[in-house]
Amino acid sequence: MSDSFPTDSVGLVEPQVYHFDEPLPLRSGKSIPAYDLIVETYGTLNPDKTNAILICHALSSDHHAAGFNSADNTKPGWWDACIGPGKAIDTNLFHVVSLNNLGGCSGSTGPASINPLTGKYYGPDFPVITVRDWVLSQVRLMDRLGIAKWAAVVGGSLGGMQVLRWSISYPERLDHAVCIAAAPKLSAQNIAFNEVARHSITSDVNFHKGRYLEHDTYPKQGLMLARMVGHITYLSDSAMRAKFGKSLSDLEQNSTENFGRDLRSGKLSFGFNIDFQVESYLHYQGERFSENFDANTYLLMTKALDYFDPSVDYEGDLSKAFEKSDCKFFVLSFSTDWRFPPERSREIVTDLLKAGKQVSYIEIEADQGHDAFLLAIPRYIDALSAYLKKVHKELVDDAS
Amino acid sequence: MMRPDLEIIQQWIDPGSKVLDLGCGDGSLLNYLNANKEVRGIGLEIDADNIQRCLDSGINVIEQNLDNGLSNFQSGSFDTVLLTQTLQALSKPDVLVEEMLRIGKKGIVTFPNFGNWKSRLYLASKGRMPVSKFMPHSWYNTPNIHFCTVKDFDALCKEKNIKILTRTVVDLEHQGSWYMKAWPNLLGEIAIYHITKETAC
Repeated sequence: MSDSFPTDSVGLVEPQVYHFDEPLPLRSGKSIPAYDLIVETYGTLNPDKTNAILICHALSSDHHAAGFNSADNTKPGWWDACIGPGKAIDTNLFHVVSLNNLGGCSGSTGPASINPLTGKYYGPDFPVITVRDWVLSQVRLMDRLGIAKWAAVVGGSLGGMQVLRWSISYPERLDHAVCIAAAPKLSAQNIAFNEVARHSITSDVNFHKGRYLEHDTYPKQGLMLARMVGHITYLSDSAMRAKFGKSLSDLEQNSTENFGRDLRSGKLSFGFNIDFQVESYLHYQGERFSENFDANTYLLMTKALDYFDPSVDYEGDLSKAFEKSDCKFFVLSFSTDWRFPPERSREIVTDLLKAGKQVSYIEIEADQGHDAFLLAIPRYIDALSAYLKKVHKELVDDAS
Repeated sequence: MMRPDLEIIQQWIDPGSKVLDLGCGDGSLLNYLNANKEVRGIGLEIDADNIQRCLDSGINVIEQNLDNGLSNFQSGSFDTVLLTQTLQALSKPDVLVEEMLRIGKKGIVTFPNFGNWKSRLYLASKGRMPVSKFMPHSWYNTPNIHFCTVKDFDALCKEKNIKILTRTVVDLEHQGSWYMKAWPNLLGEIAIYHITKETAC
């Protein structure tokens, strides 16, 4: 059935699990004695192993970045818009490696895994993981795969933060850092939203102090609420107006006139039911998410975001953190992203310039808010594609 | 084909030096300097199509509006800062020229010389703002909001204590000649300045 997949898709992909026995020391001082990482790869690794690109995922994504996990699957990986033959991250040129980060809930060791020491779920006992812990685990994966240096490390949002950490902690192990819709550290507003999400989870009666799996339940309401709040921050006001203002546009041919206030059933209920399409959409997104995502993982991921600040080791001066970086940088932002707006990316660029690094930066006009980094926006795709084509040309030139 | 002013400029760029190109366009100058002088170059540009061309040719390009200033650049962080055919389109050209020489040890500025006899004749005879192949815009839609002449720029440099290392003018075919040297403001179509604030030069 694989011939039924689109021609620019990587097609059917099967994840692989790598087991690591060497304990992973963590930033917190704790360590994980042994762990699994689940990985997907697309495209062929060249004989010199120089054409590998690492994809770092964001808050709620996983290793399944492109293609399909089964023949009857209709939904491709989360970054299928960018990864595939002939796409911006071109699998005809590159060998793309995508993993589920430690602490995740899609196959890598995380809170929903069994703790070998107790024989029970890790749950709340799973240690808090930071971005630098992830990157260390990714270094070990890279060693396992026999890759000495990434042609590029690429990521958006929390993934972009891992990209920055790579350039700071392992400068000799990547040629290019592509950091999309990220920030050098979270703002108070960012942390505030994360805390609302965490509190909604931990205050759910089914949370059981994180041991919900032992109680054979999960904090569905809390996770739903967390996702609903999160989802609002991923979209822009204009994106919501457009998304939920369509029916009126059909009538009056003016897409944003009703500010996206489409009604679900055509009239107000004068009760506390779901009246507007946007409400129904958020409920649907929250519900779907709560069924597929582990609440403890959500807590961990948001903490990793909150704690990310590579300048802490350098008296708060991020430019000093970049001093040893040896790669070239490409930083991208989106105009209506209010979670990590363009100014945050420009902070990164300014510190890179201060450190004397080679950097390109573009600010893409896009209505879709933070989510834009996942979408096939022409200027975004063209720019990423052009940049990575030069990356590939460099490695071909180096080989000859 | 290389833009006329660019060929002269490249003579003033040391191999391996750090170059910042303000309003780098499609990146052709940086591309040339990368290939021939192995400079460490970065260009600033606001036009999306131009930025794409820079990325296509592998040039470091930063999307940045020059009118919002250059405070994100450290003092003395570049050897040469270029401003080619962009001065006249800036909202505060005087401030930017000073910024150039804060960031770079040396600066290179090129601009269309509004004091050229053709502009003078056009204005004098027709009584209207000059429109030509070189300055193709009408007054109301031109991006060029601060035209100046060679004499005007000389005066600005004097006022700001900027040392002019070399001043040269060329015509559109980038021919220089003895008579252009004699009457630069009258005959030069493009003015090219190599400037610095360093007293030791």
